Amino acid sequence: MAGKSYTLPIGPVHPALKEPTMFKLTVEGEIVTAVDVQPGINHRGIEFIGMRRNPLQVLHLAERICGICSIVHQYSFALASEKAAGITEIPERAQYIRTIMAELERVHSHLLWAGVAAHELGFDTLLHWTWQLREWVQDVLEIISGNRVNYAMYIQGGVRRDISPEVIQKLKVMIADYRAGIDQLCKAFTDDRVFRHRTMGVGVLTYKDAVETCAVGPTTRGSGVHKDVRIDQPFGGYADLDLDYCLPEKMGYENNGDTYAKTLVRLQEVVQSLDIIEFCLDNMPPGPIRWESNMTKLLQHMKKAEGEALGLNEAPRGEMIHYVKLNAGDENVSIWKVRASTYNNILAWTKMLPGCQIADVSIIAAAVDPCIGCMDRVTVVDQDTGKEKLFSNEDFYRASIRKTRAYQRKVSP
Amino acid sequence: MANPNLGLILKQLFSRPYTNRFPVKYAPASMHATMDAVTSGKAQITPPVPAPEHYRGKIAYDREACIGCKMCIKVCPASAIEHIPGPDGKAKGSKVKFYMSRCTFCEMCVEACPKDCIKMTGEFLMADADKNSDALIVKDSGSFAAPAQPAAQQPAPPTA
Ligand code: SF4
Ligand code: SF4
Repeated sequence: MAGKSYTLPIGPVHPALKEPTMFKLTVEGEIVTAVDVQPGINHRGIEFIGMRRNPLQVLHLAERICGICSIVHQYSFALASEKAAGITEIPERAQYIRTIMAELERVHSHLLWAGVAAHELGFDTLLHWTWQLREWVQDVLEIISGNRVNYAMYIQGGVRRDISPEVIQKLKVMIADYRAGIDQLCKAFTDDRVFRHRTMGVGVLTYKDAVETCAVGPTTRGSGVHKDVRIDQPFGGYADLDLDYCLPEKMGYENNGDTYAKTLVRLQEVVQSLDIIEFCLDNMPPGPIRWESNMTKLLQHMKKAEGEALGLNEAPRGEMIHYVKLNAGDENVSIWKVRASTYNNILAWTKMLPGCQIADVSIIAAAVDPCIGCMDRVTVVDQDTGKEKLFSNEDFYRASIRKTRAYQRKVSP
Repeated sequence: MANPNLGLILKQLFSRPYTNRFPVKYAPASMHATMDAVTSGKAQITPPVPAPEHYRGKIAYDREACIGCKMCIKVCPASAIEHIPGPDGKAKGSKVKFYMSRCTFCEMCVEACPKDCIKMTGEFLMADADKNSDALIVKDSGSFAAPAQPAAQQPAPPTA
């Protein structure tokens, strides 16, 4: 196939990405040979909007950076702004509730991902099953916070709502149900020969590449890198816990960084999150949930405060950083900068995609947990003739399904 | 090879659907005609799943109790609250009103209000074709002191 290469530009606008991005694939026949990622194309200016608002308002803006990991954004902003304002005495009960909320979100985010991964490969029954399981955690989040998405739970110096004993009971029932459900789900993923065929050895991110591209979260842990903010720089309720990195080797697989390894990491993390929630519920200390419950006083404190700080957090997709600077006498946030985890993980695509087939692009891209399924469209430019051919996400999806069906025919006796 | 999930499949085959068929079981030929029939009492809709206890829905505002302190405006992240100056443009007697089309349902105003004259109700059927329609602007919901009659959940008829 020498001399016959095509360029597939993907993006720039991609509704599912937190950071809309553009990447160009060079393909020879069916094989992707090179990838060029050009992030930073669609800048929403959310940080600028934030710099015209006071820290209490930005909390809710931060939550809307992402629709799935909204809690961690609010959590990180709260951590950063309270550090900048010198609020250090967060009540212990509040820290535990913060941890519980963050872990509930991890559960629903990872289940969502598992469903998307199944969908990309053409297993739609598994998708519906996973998302049915995910409904329960959404319901619990709704009971605790009052809404299904955008929970508005955190505030500088604590949380806004307590978890009542009745809700604790409900959470315990949910956790018990989930343990059984996740067990079945693990089996559905790991026992399926076609799923293993489609993911093992596909989209490999080696240990060296994971370190070099600064990948974070499950993407890097699938390659065996020991990196997790909750363990490396514990904060909140995590400091009381004895956590361990979730690596594929714990489920008897190599830490080779392929898509299967990343799936195992996420499935383990759901169980780990359930353990964390259970620990927090059992050991939740009584007491207040806020450092200052009068909003006027809190606003005045933030206005007088001078300082800058970083808020680090482990989002479902990996490490995320919020930087906040407050100036004394200025009501608004002076500087606010966010670095979300997908920014790091997108670079991993440049290492994972070369060598794969076009039919595998969607599952590999989804493996780092942005959602390529709702990609706008892609143009295939034939370099020799200069002719363009439109290639939509539908086509990618169809190619992926065709490959799954072919495997199914091959492995079925 | 028997499917390992056969039990689950059989169970689901005979159980009720997990989803609530709101507002009607199957998509009608004309949604407007259906809604008209519902409004005139000729047809009924499947009720929505009830909202949980602390649901953050449409705002209720006790205009009488409001002192016009503007605290709610200070903490509102979405600029959903408008200040209405009192008679002769004075601060005294000033009030506020809430634009539901901008509200993000964060409950900050409820917490910030020193007079407890804002509440969040369980009402969530607020879809409307006009974002400035009267149904989406909360000016006064009556006094909270006397227990208000909970408004029945009624879908707003779509404005053509
Ligand atoms: S709930 Fe939030 S967005 Fe809505 S009016 Fe109150 S403060 Fe503003
Ligand atoms: S905070 Fe309460 S009392 Fe003050 S203006 Fe708003 S609604 Fe009125």
